Amino acid sequence: MLKRVHFGPSALPYLLVAPQIIITLIFFIWPASQALYQSLLIQDAFGLSTEFVWFENFKELFTDEHYFGAFKRTIIFSFSVAALSMGFALTLAAMADRVIKGATTYRTLLIWPYAVAPVLAGALWVFMLDPTLGIFTYMLGSFGYEWNHKLNGNEAMLLVIFASAWKQVAYNFLFFLAGMQAIPKSLIEAAAIDGAGPVRRFITIVFPLISPTTFFLLVLNVVYAFFETFGIVHTVTQGGPAKATEILVYKVFNDGFIGLDLGGSAAQSVILMLIVIVLTVVQFRYVERKVEYT
Amino acid sequence: MIENRPIITFLSHLFLIFGILIIAFPIWITFVAATHDAVRMVQIPLPLLPGDQFFENLKETLTRGMKGASAPPVGFMLLNSLIMAMMIAVGKIAISLLSAFAIVYFRFPFRMAFFWMIFITLMLPVEVRILPTFEVVANLGMLNSYWGLSIPLIASATATFMFRQVFLTIPDELLEAARIDGAGPLRFFRDILIPLSRTNIAALFVILFIYGWNQYLWPLLITTDQSMYTVVMGIKQMLDAAEQSPDWHLIMMTSLLAMLPPVLVVVLMQSLFVKGLTETEK
Repeated sequence: MLKRVHFGPSALPYLLVAPQIIITLIFFIWPASQALYQSLLIQDAFGLSTEFVWFENFKELFTDEHYFGAFKRTIIFSFSVAALSMGFALTLAAMADRVIKGATTYRTLLIWPYAVAPVLAGALWVFMLDPTLGIFTYMLGSFGYEWNHKLNGNEAMLLVIFASAWKQVAYNFLFFLAGMQAIPKSLIEAAAIDGAGPVRRFITIVFPLISPTTFFLLVLNVVYAFFETFGIVHTVTQGGPAKATEILVYKVFNDGFIGLDLGGSAAQSVILMLIVIVLTVVQFRYVERKVEYT
Repeated sequence: MIENRPIITFLSHLFLIFGILIIAFPIWITFVAATHDAVRMVQIPLPLLPGDQFFENLKETLTRGMKGASAPPVGFMLLNSLIMAMMIAVGKIAISLLSAFAIVYFRFPFRMAFFWMIFITLMLPVEVRILPTFEVVANLGMLNSYWGLSIPLIASATATFMFRQVFLTIPDELLEAARIDGAGPLRFFRDILIPLSRTNIAALFVILFIYGWNQYLWPLLITTDQSMYTVVMGIKQMLDAAEQSPDWHLIMMTSLLAMLPPVLVVVLMQSLFVKGLTETEK
């Protein structure tokens, strides 16, 4: 952690860490502690008086069926996004690992959606599935299916899932491909000599060996779906219709900024913080183990 | 090549091309929509092949923006996005280099406390502390300013960790040699550490530029003045206006312009991008 050889004592290191620490204190630690504090308060509708109520806000949340619904929705949403984008990316990576000609070209053509902002991904998909004009709506219409995500909650959910998963394929593809290319070729060759075909080799050798990558990606995809998809939900559905796509992050924003329920919003923030802490710990424990392997 | 199975190889290529088409289709539709005029964009079915209005749309979007949408011309928003993304990327790299340097090369009281304090920021994304952070920025009078857009986002645990990792691989002999030659800490930092971590800085810059450019929630909260809108949040204003008058050709042109800079960065600096991504995420 520290260098064996280092500089002698002086005030310099404090000056060096100062910018980072000051920003962390003002914009991270202080607001987070404020959220903790506010989650224990109830403010009246006009903001005139506040009352300290211990865990009343949390109790209210846990008995609130809307919050429970948002929780369930977020979990369904996150795992659908992770499964869809990881499944697609894994198949693509397996193919790209196999072909020799043009592997780099394929990679270039597949990784750029990483750079597209979630909001823009949302805008593209909402355009293609616009209930009156969308090109996919038209195609579905010619099969006799009427798509309208502004009325149908399940369709709205599907739309948000597609837009989120589309953007994430690039990222998963890159890591899966890197994982597969790190597998020693001799292992694969030995299996081929023993008569295992490509599918069998994938199931018994490649997939088990990249399982650390898969697990790591699962955690990161869940984090992505939990927090970074706010932009997609906000542009595509605004949590609607009838709260069908209201995920936790959107609810915090909506209750706090639009509904002005400060205590309730702060309590939700605290719960989200706990979720991030758990996910970060899982991610870091996994990284520790990966270091031991290699 | 382990074995020669032309059919499977052919199928692999076929599937990859199919995958690329699926991934690229939304962008193709966006591009096509940006090349038609308003009249064509309300006729069902919408076109699948490009029209001839690309430059007209480009000019109109850049200079005038969209009628009915409460957003400034897109050229202006692109500039705001660029300034914000540059400030975030440069700021994060600068303060992370400094703090990693202090943590690796100095022994001082509270060193580990500072390290953990930086680590904690990983666990506090903007999304979970929306309201209180907004209050802090409002109290500091930083609403509707470039400082307000960038400073609260530039604390970075991942960048600090990455530079710490890089510094730890630099041989101790270099520091010993530098000290024998009479170089002080700042001289050592400037003439040895910075040049040695140049590729890492570049790789990180690529990732952070994309991160900064694509910020949405934060600018949405703290900018109420149209002159501070970034292009990524401008899209949202346009979509809202599209409920009344769907000027999809202009919205899609703006989307195209908004995704162009980060996509170009990824494609042109691919190896740096891959390096940055794999190094910051572990």
